[in-house]
Amino acid sequence: MCLAIPGKVVGVSEENGLRMGRVDFGGVIKRVCLDYVPEVELGDYTIVHVGFALSKIDEAEAVRTLEVFRQMGVLEEELADGDEAFARAAAAPQSSCPDGSCAPK
Amino acid sequence: MKYLTEFRNGEIAQRMAREIHAITTRPWKIMEVCGGQTHSIIKNGIDQMLPAGVEMIHGPGCPVCVTPLELIDKALAIAAQPGVIFCSFGDMLRVPGTDADLFQIKGAGGDVRVVYSPLDAVELAAKNPDKQVVFFGVGFETTAPANAMSVHVARRRGLSNFSLLVSHVLVPPAISAILDSPGNKVQAFLLAGHVCSVMGYWEYPPIAEKYKIPLIVTGFEPLDLLDGIRRAILQLEAGMHEVENAYERIVTYDGNQPAQKLLAEVFEVTDRAWRGIGVIPRSGWRLAPAYQDFDAEARFHITGIHTQESSLCRAGDVLRGAIKPAECAAFGKECTPRHPLGATMVSSEGACAAYYNYGRFLSAEDLATAGSGLTHA
Amino acid sequence: MPEQAGAPAPTAGVPDFSNWSCPLPLVGYPTIVMGHGGGGKLGNELVEHLFLPAFRNPALENLGDAAVLNLGGVGANVARLAMSTDSFVVQPLFFPGGSIGELAVNGTVNDLSVSGAIPKYLSASFILEEGFPLAQLAAIVEAMAAAAKAAGVAIVTGDTKVVERGHGDGCYINTAGIGVLREGIEVGPHRARPGDAILVSGTIGDHGMAIMSVREGLEFESQIRSDCAALNGLIAAVLDAAGPAVHAMRDPTRGGLASTLTEIAQASSVGIEISESRLPVRTEVQSACELLGLDPVYVANEGKAVFFVAPDAADLVLATLRAHPLGRDAAIIGQVTAEHKGMLVARTAMGANRVIAQQIGEQLPRIC
Repeated sequence: MCLAIPGKVVGVSEENGLRMGRVDFGGVIKRVCLDYVPEVELGDYTIVHVGFALSKIDEAEAVRTLEVFRQMGVLEEELADGDEAFARAAAAPQSSCPDGSCAPK
Repeated sequence: MKYLTEFRNGEIAQRMAREIHAITTRPWKIMEVCGGQTHSIIKNGIDQMLPAGVEMIHGPGCPVCVTPLELIDKALAIAAQPGVIFCSFGDMLRVPGTDADLFQIKGAGGDVRVVYSPLDAVELAAKNPDKQVVFFGVGFETTAPANAMSVHVARRRGLSNFSLLVSHVLVPPAISAILDSPGNKVQAFLLAGHVCSVMGYWEYPPIAEKYKIPLIVTGFEPLDLLDGIRRAILQLEAGMHEVENAYERIVTYDGNQPAQKLLAEVFEVTDRAWRGIGVIPRSGWRLAPAYQDFDAEARFHITGIHTQESSLCRAGDVLRGAIKPAECAAFGKECTPRHPLGATMVSSEGACAAYYNYGRFLSAEDLATAGSGLTHA
Repeated sequence: MPEQAGAPAPTAGVPDFSNWSCPLPLVGYPTIVMGHGGGGKLGNELVEHLFLPAFRNPALENLGDAAVLNLGGVGANVARLAMSTDSFVVQPLFFPGGSIGELAVNGTVNDLSVSGAIPKYLSASFILEEGFPLAQLAAIVEAMAAAAKAAGVAIVTGDTKVVERGHGDGCYINTAGIGVLREGIEVGPHRARPGDAILVSGTIGDHGMAIMSVREGLEFESQIRSDCAALNGLIAAVLDAAGPAVHAMRDPTRGGLASTLTEIAQASSVGIEISESRLPVRTEVQSACELLGLDPVYVANEGKAVFFVAPDAADLVLATLRAHPLGRDAAIIGQVTAEHKGMLVARTAMGANRVIAQQIGEQLPRIC
């Protein structure tokens, strides 16, 4: 219900009484209303849904969360029996190279 | 994209799935409320990665799916009128009303436009003073702040030719209704992360307490979903029933205060009919008396609507999580994305559409073994 | 579809659906809707249930990008030509990376090229709206001249009509093209075989997202530019290198890569498996798709080709593509299988599989 994506504020202005911003989503810049996030400033990351910033992204928290995820299951070797889909997933190539030059895992 | 792509890492996802396998000793049924989460689960095959006993039940968190048929028919009637510019999110364009959808109204000459944001509709009202501009304001609490701002701005700019056709629905009453329904099998919920970015999660501890059920605020990317599922299972295995926040980089307990303030000013709680489910008391928002003059339903006085749902459509059962889409007799036969009978087959996040579009009509075995011959790739 | 022996003449102006051989007459949409032009199922239905039964002939039935024509002659003088036509109705007329002019020339050049023909001559017909500024028409025509020169084709005939103000969106262009089929090359959507490697010549989604970036209601700032280009040089290089090892080629325009691959899978009665992590997508195009809730596999391209080649020729074709300026980002993205005929299955980064279904009409931006 909520397609909201993270972007970086690269410009702040006022239009028609609203605090507006230019937000950079991976190279694509969109005009976004910042009225609901007065704490978000130039250079901050925020989550945007239908042209409105709803929340400031806590960058330290994001990094911490990702680190926790990275540490998970590192010691696990056994796979559950009969879990075919998972076994395939474990064996699938993890290439993210569009030119195909990375070798499969 | 920063803070997005990292949470889709396949290798970390597989490790997290291993972790879930390690901690699960019994079968569990977990519901994700939000349609966006359903879409992500099916598209990424998250459910294929879980232990066999863990079942994801797909909830009614698709605002497109649950918009009442009567309101769709009113939208169609308004959009068909000359002098009206009817603006909507793309999702709504193919939702079937009793006789037609917005696409067909456009084909017949109605001025129907897709916009990205409700503020775009307000701009259209400013640029076209001789037309009535109507915005179809559907959504859960995530979208409500945007819709609230649109009428707030329209009022401030004196745009009397702008109006909102409102159909907002709320998550906490839906969760309670599901838990109250006889035959409920859901044992834990993944709460909609972006709804909570607006509302916080202060509404949920009473629900967790009353029904003794774990509630996990969860995001949308594969790693976030796996983490929410993992935490739900940890609690279930330990017999706990607490509210947990697994989306801390975005969600706080109190939520977005400025948004909640404007929401309280522009909207008031009302009973709401959920398509396929029925009326859930106090489960929706309508415009507050101070903003009634921006209500499209009041402005356009549409009468004579006779709604008629397809008798074959079991969207309600799907939305309640009672059946999986593939269990509906019409799935893939009379009802396909090409000829949808109900909204769940039309909306990009409706469970039926997700199942159909991501190939769940292939047997699980066929889908699982597809691609095993990929050599070059 | 079974052959139809002499249908009775329809009542004037009213198509008689009941006599058509196809069991699924057009239902649900009594008028044309935008989705009929979207490159997906609705458009295909119109071809299958309206145009094909009405016009039926062997050259049409292959439903390739160009029609292969035998014009008679004897022995070495047998003339095998390919003919193609395309209409261009893009809005806005000028967009980052090009205009309707380049599209009109390159689109038809590409349709001929992917059918194994060397494009030679084009016609150009214009339907112009009363009040359309001449300066814009001049810019469009100049762009067409430049594109034709770059592609090595000549625009040899044309037509102009004007419609009243309010009809015609400024400028519509139709181009039809003729090309000479290369000796020894037989390509077509029905010729893909299990085991064939599938390649794409470069990044997908550039054109469609360039258009989106300037579309009213959805605009955004970006560096995304249309990839509009003539592919005859690139394709000639591939055919020179690999010849009969190339079984099928297509340019994935409206409906994107997904529609093209699905159509070939259906025409050849094969299944297709691709790996999502192998699809070349520019970061900005991916971001723009995230923003609007779109999937790059459904987004239009105007300067890319997909190739279905015999497995042992895959590396050679890849190297040939990458050596060409228009093929630097080429990649092998998957292969043809005998399983799940007619369906396109993708391996996701998670290691799970998903079917990529053919879209219905246009892809719509979503909030959910």
